[in-house]
Amino acid sequence: MDIEALKYFATVLAAGLLTGVMYALVALGFVMIYKASGVFNFAQGAMVFFAALTVAGISDKFGVSLWIAVPIGVVVMIVLGFLIERIVLRPLVNQHEITLFMATIGLTFFIEGLAQLLWGSTVRTLDLGIQDVPFKWLIDRTGILISQFDLIAAGICGLLVAALALLFNKTKIGRALRAVADDHQAALTVGIPLHYVWGVVWAVAGFVALVAGLLWGSRNGVQFSLTFVALKALPVLILGGFTSVPGAIVGGLIIGATEKLAEVYIGPFVGGGIEGWFPYVLALLFLLVRPEGLFGEKIIRRI
Amino acid sequence: MIYREAGQYKTTYVSDSQIFPIAQDRYAVAALLVIAFLLIPLFATQYIFSAILTPFLILALATLGLNILTGYAGQLSLGTAAFMAVGAFGSFNFMTRVDGMPALVAFILGGICAALVGILFGLPSLRIRGFYLAASTLATQFFVLWALSKVPWFTNYSTSGVITTQKVQILGFKFDTPQSEYLLVLAIVAVMALMAKNMVRSNVGRSWMAVRDMDVAAEVIGFRIMRTKLTAFAVSSFYCGVAGALYAYCYLGTVEPEAYSLDLSFRILFMVIIGGVGSILGSFLGAGFIVLLPVALSIIVHYTGLPNSVTSNLELMVFGALIIFFLIVEPHGLARLWQIGKEKLRLWPFPH
Amino acid sequence: MKFRFTRLLAVSAVAVTTALSGALASAQEQFVPILSYRVGPYASGGSGFFGGMIDYFNLVNMSGGINGVKITWEECETEYNAARGVECYERLKKKGGGATVVEPLSTGIAYGILDRVGTDKIPMTTLGYGRSDAANGAVFPYVFPLLTSYWSQAAAMVKYLGDKSGGLDKLKGKKIVHLYHDSAFGKEPFPVLEAASKQYGFDLVKIPVPHPGNEQNSQWLQIRQANPDYVILWGWGVMNAVAVKTAARVGFPREKMLGVWWAGSEEDAIPAGDAAKGYSTMTYNTPGNYPVLDEIRKKVYGAKKGNLEDTSRIGSVYHMRGVTVGILYTEAVKKAQEKYGKGKALTGEQIRWGYENLNVDEAKQKTLGAAGMFPPIKTSCQDHEGSGAAKVQVWDGKAWKALTPNWITGDRAAVQKMVADSSAKYAADAKITPGCMK
Repeated sequence: MDIEALKYFATVLAAGLLTGVMYALVALGFVMIYKASGVFNFAQGAMVFFAALTVAGISDKFGVSLWIAVPIGVVVMIVLGFLIERIVLRPLVNQHEITLFMATIGLTFFIEGLAQLLWGSTVRTLDLGIQDVPFKWLIDRTGILISQFDLIAAGICGLLVAALALLFNKTKIGRALRAVADDHQAALTVGIPLHYVWGVVWAVAGFVALVAGLLWGSRNGVQFSLTFVALKALPVLILGGFTSVPGAIVGGLIIGATEKLAEVYIGPFVGGGIEGWFPYVLALLFLLVRPEGLFGEKIIRRI
Repeated sequence: MIYREAGQYKTTYVSDSQIFPIAQDRYAVAALLVIAFLLIPLFATQYIFSAILTPFLILALATLGLNILTGYAGQLSLGTAAFMAVGAFGSFNFMTRVDGMPALVAFILGGICAALVGILFGLPSLRIRGFYLAASTLATQFFVLWALSKVPWFTNYSTSGVITTQKVQILGFKFDTPQSEYLLVLAIVAVMALMAKNMVRSNVGRSWMAVRDMDVAAEVIGFRIMRTKLTAFAVSSFYCGVAGALYAYCYLGTVEPEAYSLDLSFRILFMVIIGGVGSILGSFLGAGFIVLLPVALSIIVHYTGLPNSVTSNLELMVFGALIIFFLIVEPHGLARLWQIGKEKLRLWPFPH
Repeated sequence: MKFRFTRLLAVSAVAVTTALSGALASAQEQFVPILSYRVGPYASGGSGFFGGMIDYFNLVNMSGGINGVKITWEECETEYNAARGVECYERLKKKGGGATVVEPLSTGIAYGILDRVGTDKIPMTTLGYGRSDAANGAVFPYVFPLLTSYWSQAAAMVKYLGDKSGGLDKLKGKKIVHLYHDSAFGKEPFPVLEAASKQYGFDLVKIPVPHPGNEQNSQWLQIRQANPDYVILWGWGVMNAVAVKTAARVGFPREKMLGVWWAGSEEDAIPAGDAAKGYSTMTYNTPGNYPVLDEIRKKVYGAKKGNLEDTSRIGSVYHMRGVTVGILYTEAVKKAQEKYGKGKALTGEQIRWGYENLNVDEAKQKTLGAAGMFPPIKTSCQDHEGSGAAKVQVWDGKAWKALTPNWITGDRAAVQKMVADSSAKYAADAKITPGCMK
C-alpha cells in the first residue's frame, strides 16, 4: 500500500469517525429517554428539527442574534419536554412498549406539523460562525483532510457528554434519574417523584436535541430533512445498546467509520449507495453475537 | 339479547370447529360479504372504488400480514413495505418472463418470493428481541429497496428502475375498470382473511401465541422456536407480498421501488396498533381508520377556509394528535372497542 | 304612469339579462385540481411552485379569464406521497365539470396516475420531470413533459460542459462524475450520459447517494480522490445543499459543479450558505424579473389574493416554474378555444389538443410579459416536449443569475431516437398501438 492510498484511507477513516460523533449526538437523546422510561422515542428526530427551526425562526423573524435565540430555544425545548411527558406519556404509563413507541410516532407528526405551522416551510440557514472547510494546517502537513467544523462539533459533543455525566453522577436529580432508570417502582417506593424525574429526562432530551439541531442545522441548513437524522442514529443505538451513553458514543464512532469505509471501498463494486443499509446490517450481525448491543444491559430472561 | 350464544348447542365435532362458531357472527360475515360483493358495486362511484376501497383492502391485507407477525407471534417488524416490494417485483418478473403466466399464480409466486425473503430476514429473530429486532428489521427495508434498484434484472432492465405492471386478465376477463379491480382485490382479500382466521386458531396459530407470550416457556414445554418464528415470518411475508403485488397491479399501475418506502411500513404498523394487535377484524378496522382519517381530515379542514399552508400542517398535527388520543383512550385498539360492544350487546337490554 | 311602468319594465329586463349573462359568464368555468404539497420534506419547493401556479390563475381571472372563461381550482395535500396523490387525483378529477389538467410535481404521483389520465381523458403536464419517453405523444397521448425532459436536459448538460471545455471534441479524456440521488429520478439520465460518454470519449463515473442524502462525506471523498473535471449533481431535496456544502468541505471547486434544475432553486442554495457561491445548475427559466411578475405583484398581491406568505419569494425559481405552468396552461386553452369555440369552457380532451398544438414563440412570450422567461415551445404529436432547451444559471451568493445568454440544446436527434425506442418498448409491453390523436 503506497503512502497516497494510506493517506486516503486515513482521511476516510477520520471523516467517518467524526461523522459518527454527529450520529452519536442524535443517538444520545434516544438513550436518555429509553434508559429512564423505557420509551423508544421516535420523535427525537422531529425534536431535532423543531429545535433547530425554532432557533433559526426566532433569529430570522425577529432579527435577534443567536446569543438570544439559542437560550430561548433551550427554554422552548425544556417546556416542550415537560409537556410531552405530562400530556402524552403520563396517561400511557404501564402500557405495552409498542404502544408507547406508536405514541411517539404520533408525536412526530404533531411536532413536524407544529414546527412548519409556526415558522413556515421555507428553508433557513443557521450560521454558528464555524467555517465548514478543510483544516488547513493538517492538510498541509500530512495530506489528511479533516473538516474544521467536524472537529469543533466533536468537541461540543464531548463537552455535552461531560456535562451529562456530571448531571448524572454529581447532582441530586442525577441520582434520582439513575434510581428511576434502575427500577422505577423501587424508586417510587423510596419517595422519588417519578413523573418529575421523567419530565426532567424529556427536558434534557429536548436540550440534547437542540444541540444536535444546531450542529446538524448549521451543517445541512435548517429544513425538514433534519428529521431524517434519526434514521442515522438508529443503527448506532442498536450497536451501542439502547441504555448506554458510552455505547452511543462508541457505537457512533464504529458506525460512522465502517459506513464510510464500506461506501468508499466496497460501494463501487456493488453499484454504490450502500450507506443506507450497511450500518443496519452491520448492527444486525453484531447483535447476532451480542443481542443486547455493545454496552446494553444484559438481558436475563426467566420463566 | 341480540348477540347471545346461549342455546346454540354444538352436537357434532364439525359444528364445534367452525371458523365462526356463533351463529350471529356467521350471519354478520355473510351479510358483510354480500354487501361488499353485491351492494357496493351497485352504488359506489369510481372515486370510492379506486381511491378508497381498493387501497383500503390492499392495505388491510398487508396489515393482516403484519398482524400475524406482530400480533400473533410477537415479533415487531418495521420492514413490511420491503416484503410488499418483493411481492410486487416478484410478480412482475413472473408475469414478464413467463409467457401466459396467469395473474393469480403470479401473485401467489410473488407472495412466495416475499415469504422466502421473510424467512431469511426472520433468522435474526431467533437471537434478537424487542426494539433491537424492530430496528434491525429496518435493515430489510433499506436493503431490499437498494437491491431492487441496483439489480437491473429485477426491473426488466428499465433504465430508471420503474416498472409498469401488465393488465390483469383471468380466464379471458380483463380487470381494467376500478370496479372489476375492486372485486378482484376483494375476492383475494376475503379468501386470505378467512384463511388467516382459520390459521390463527390452528396449532400453528396457537404455537405463535405461545411464543409471543413467553418464548422461553414455550420452548421449555416443547414448541420448536425456530420453526414457529420462521413460519410466522414466512406467512406474514406471504400476505404482505400478495398485498404488495396487488398494490402495484390493481392500484398504482406504474411503480418505482420508492413507492414501498419506510413511510408505508410505518403506516401499516399504525394500522395494526390502532386496529388492535392480534386481531383479524382489527386489521380491517385499523386499515379503514388510517386510510379514511387523512381523507376525512383534508375534507374537513378544507371547509375551514384557512389558507392551504395552514390546513396542510393542521392536518398533520391533528392526525398525530388523534393517534396519541386513541392510544391513550384505547391502547388495545378498535378491535377491543368492538369486543366491549359485544359484551354490552350480550347483556342488552338488561345489563344488571 | 304607463310610461314609468314601461321604463321600469325595460330597466328590469336589462337587469335580468345582465344577471343572466352574468350567470352564463360565471358558468364558463374550467376546473384545475391542484395536487400540492405544503408539508413534509419538499414543502419549501411545493409551496413556491403551487403558489406560482395559483398566482397566475388569479391574474388570469382578474384580467377577465381566458376569453371570458374563468379558472377554478381546488387544492389537495399530497405530502409528495404517491398513494395520497392518487387519492387526491381521484377525488378532484370530476369536480367543477371535470379536471382539465393535472400537474403533480412529483415523479411518484405522476407514475401513479399515468394510466389513469389516459382513461379519464385529462392531460397531465410534467414540467421538467417524469418519464422522458412520454415525449412521444403517439404512445402517451395525455402526458406532456413540456419544455425539457430529463434526457434533453442531460444532453444539454453535455453540450454545455463541452462548450465550457472549448468544444465537444475537447471532452475526450475528461472525467465527469454523475453524482445522483439513488432512485428512479437519479437514474433517468443514464442512457443519455452513457451514450454521450461513448460518443465523445469522456470518462463517466456514477456515484449514488442514498436517500435522503443528508450525509455525503464518503461520496465527496471519492470524488476528491477521482479528481474529475466536472461533477453533475443530480439531486433532490436536502441532498443538494449537503452536496454543495460537502464539496466545500473537501475543497472541491463549486465552479466545476453543474446541478440538475431540481438542484437549482433558492431552497437548494441558501442553506449551503457561502459554500454555494459560484455553483451553477441547469434551469428552464431565465432568472430575473418580468412584466408578468410585476403584474402579479401589483394586481394579485395588491388585492391581497397572493398565495405566497413571503412576498420576497415572488419570482423565485420555484414560483417562476409555477407561473410557467400557469402560462402554458392558459396558452393551451387559448389554442384549444380557437378550434372548439372561443369563450367556451372546454373538456380535458379538448385541452389535450391545445397542449399538443402549443406554439409560444418569443413574440408571443413578449405579449404575455414573459419574454425569454422560458424557452420558446412548439409541440406536436411526435414531440410533447416542444423545446428541449435549457439555460445554465449561477448562484452569486444572493440570487441566481443566468450564466448562458442563449438557450442550450443538446443532441436533439439522439434524444428523440431514444424517446422513440423507449416508448416503442413501452407500447409493446403495454400492448398499445401507437397513433396520434386528432
